[in-house]
Amino acid sequence: MDKGLFLRNVEISKQGKRLLALSHDIAPGTVLTVMGPSGVGKSTLLAFITGTLSSDFSARGTVQLDGQDITHFPAHKRRVGILFQDDLLFPHLSVGENLAFGLAPGGTKSARHEKIAQALAEVDLAGFADRDPATLSGGQKARVALMRMLLSEPCALLLDEPFSRLDAALRAQVRDLVFARAKARALPVLMVTHDAEDAAAAGGDIITLQVQG
Amino acid sequence: MRRPVLPILPALTLLLMLGPVAAGLWGAVLPAFGHLPAAGLTGPSLYPFQAVFDWPGLPRAMLLSLSTGVGATVIALAVVMLLLAGWSGTRAFGVLERLLSPLLSVPHAAAAFGLAFLIAPSGWIARVLSPAITGWDRPPDVLIVQDPWGLTMMAGLVVKEIPFLILISIAALGQAQSQSSLKIAQALGYGRVTGWLKTVFPRVYAQIRLPVYVVLAYAMSVVDVAVILGPNTPPTLSVQIVKWMSDPDLDMRLLAAAGALLQLALVVGALVCWRIAEAVIARIGRYWIDTGARGKCDPILAQSALFLGGVSAAAVFLGLVVLTLWSFAGYWGFPDAIPDGFTLRNWMRHGPGSLAALGETALIAGIVAMAALILTIGCLEAEYRFGLRVTQRGIWLLYLPLLVPQTAFLPGLQTLMLGIGAENGRVPVMLAHLVFVLPYVFLSLSSPFRAWDARTGTVAAALGASPDAVLWRVRLPMLLRPILTALAVGLAVSVGQYLPTLLIGGGRVTTLTTEAVALASGADRRAIGVYGLMQTGAALLPFALALAIPAIVWRNRKGLSDG
Repeated sequence: MDKGLFLRNVEISKQGKRLLALSHDIAPGTVLTVMGPSGVGKSTLLAFITGTLSSDFSARGTVQLDGQDITHFPAHKRRVGILFQDDLLFPHLSVGENLAFGLAPGGTKSARHEKIAQALAEVDLAGFADRDPATLSGGQKARVALMRMLLSEPCALLLDEPFSRLDAALRAQVRDLVFARAKARALPVLMVTHDAEDAAAAGGDIITLQVQG
Repeated sequence: MRRPVLPILPALTLLLMLGPVAAGLWGAVLPAFGHLPAAGLTGPSLYPFQAVFDWPGLPRAMLLSLSTGVGATVIALAVVMLLLAGWSGTRAFGVLERLLSPLLSVPHAAAAFGLAFLIAPSGWIARVLSPAITGWDRPPDVLIVQDPWGLTMMAGLVVKEIPFLILISIAALGQAQSQSSLKIAQALGYGRVTGWLKTVFPRVYAQIRLPVYVVLAYAMSVVDVAVILGPNTPPTLSVQIVKWMSDPDLDMRLLAAAGALLQLALVVGALVCWRIAEAVIARIGRYWIDTGARGKCDPILAQSALFLGGVSAAAVFLGLVVLTLWSFAGYWGFPDAIPDGFTLRNWMRHGPGSLAALGETALIAGIVAMAALILTIGCLEAEYRFGLRVTQRGIWLLYLPLLVPQTAFLPGLQTLMLGIGAENGRVPVMLAHLVFVLPYVFLSLSSPFRAWDARTGTVAAALGASPDAVLWRVRLPMLLRPILTALAVGLAVSVGQYLPTLLIGGGRVTTLTTEAVALASGADRRAIGVYGLMQTGAALLPFALALAIPAIVWRNRKGLSDG
């Protein structure tokens, strides 16, 4: 089976003008970094992969995930996890409820609670389940967001400038954590960033998008 | 929401909002030209228009509609703009804003009664000042309320429209980057007011133009405020149309229909003139900017605007206080400042009647506001899911039911219902209320709904939540506060409706508002106090709940407490 996230002849245009073109296979456990100045369409590429591309854009090409063509799947059936620069924890849910939202359905109540407690312990947040996410520090929120996404058992991971809101000390720590978890689960990762350090830390291929003339 | 329903919701909403307006206008055209089969009349003929033009009160009635409507709009707009120019961003403005926001939901009729009880010759102000200052021991014989020039009516409209225009303008200010423009103007030596008027006003006005048109159309054709505060001989054109409509002689409906078209023409004409005046003022403004005048009178303008804004807030607030006093008053002779004693008797006497009216009011308002809320959320969700774009034309459609005068299409709608043998009653009244409730609910909810971070939806979908799950489990809970506020707006609008209830209900649907306005012709201040307070309570309570419920439900969620 063809494990990994394969972008084949992807071309995105806006009002007939080509924004970006890209073709690349991302193997499990590796990171593809897409760089480029802002406005070049990096986030648009991610929207195309998550299935949330605005109708202003038109796209060609296919997205294959673990051998399945998901180009036309609805967003919630794609099994593609995404992390943004903001944690985007649901403010109306507790930390534990946020994780329960992500946790794939099934299992008894106690088993689910056990999984959530384990996930929190895995990122040094044991006992945080009943907390209001708004009371967490930036680094804690980022870790909750990561675990929420991993609990949904995605088959690929997208990162949209995920570390740019964190201060320098935290940044390296969270970045290492994210890459380590992704590698441990053998997830193909696509990261867009304009930070060279992030790209270097990812250690994979780097594609730099140019503004199209 | 099942998939097949959502895509047709925007069309259904438009139909429910504009269908009755179109039908009502059509229903006025036929009888206006003498065609009313229900009364055994077939047209076409010009008799209805001739009869209307032969009515001796017509010139005066039309003039009154114009003068009160345009006057109230100009004054309210001028006060609000000068208030923003002189005070936006200051602490005084924050206080005024907090005072005015709850006043927005006070029904027009209650505010009008309160004003009448304040400034009438035997009103509270005269009582407080007498006899010590004025020397009066009986009310002076002057006509203040229902004065022939409609000045009191104009004042009543001004105090109610100022809060509306302020809140609309504050929303527009956020998009206009007003503070930085003002800072630059002040650095160049301009006074606050002049600098604001020259740099920020054009952008703010462009944003609030449609709401201003709504105020103008409303003030020119309002019925309940005109019945309570306006002149009688003759009344404004709109009041006269309603009089013709309620005449047992079916012939008079022809006059009402012709009058309705005349009213429409009057409002359209005034809107066109207003639009031309905008261009003229823009030209004058450019000339003014060109002179480089820095604004010598700024402090005076700012102070007077603050004074007028304060007086207007005080008028509504003290009006409610005096309504309360009357509702509990025992014997209260002139010129005593407060009643001899307080009693529950007024409430006991009017309790059963007002409770029945409250039930009817709550039933209608509850169903209408819920329906409007569901349709609005459906439209906004459809817009989000299907990537629909809202054009300028779409926004005009939303404002259209508020721009067409009620007295222009409701008589036709009633006549049309009569023609097809439809029963008057609660359901048609609800449909008529929906026409006015929908735009306000939509306007209230659309900005917060669209401002919701769509990435939250992307994250939820990436976690495996279906579009419906994203809506129900993430978006709606996060938007609980604006949703409840929109619901409260819908309830308040429905509670305050007078003409649709009266005309479409055929006199058989009795709400707090129709009861209160019906009391205007009598002199029972205690009954008016009871009904006016109940009406105000019915409109205000939902707003209090809209603040309290999210605060309680999300008491442990800091991320939602300041949204």
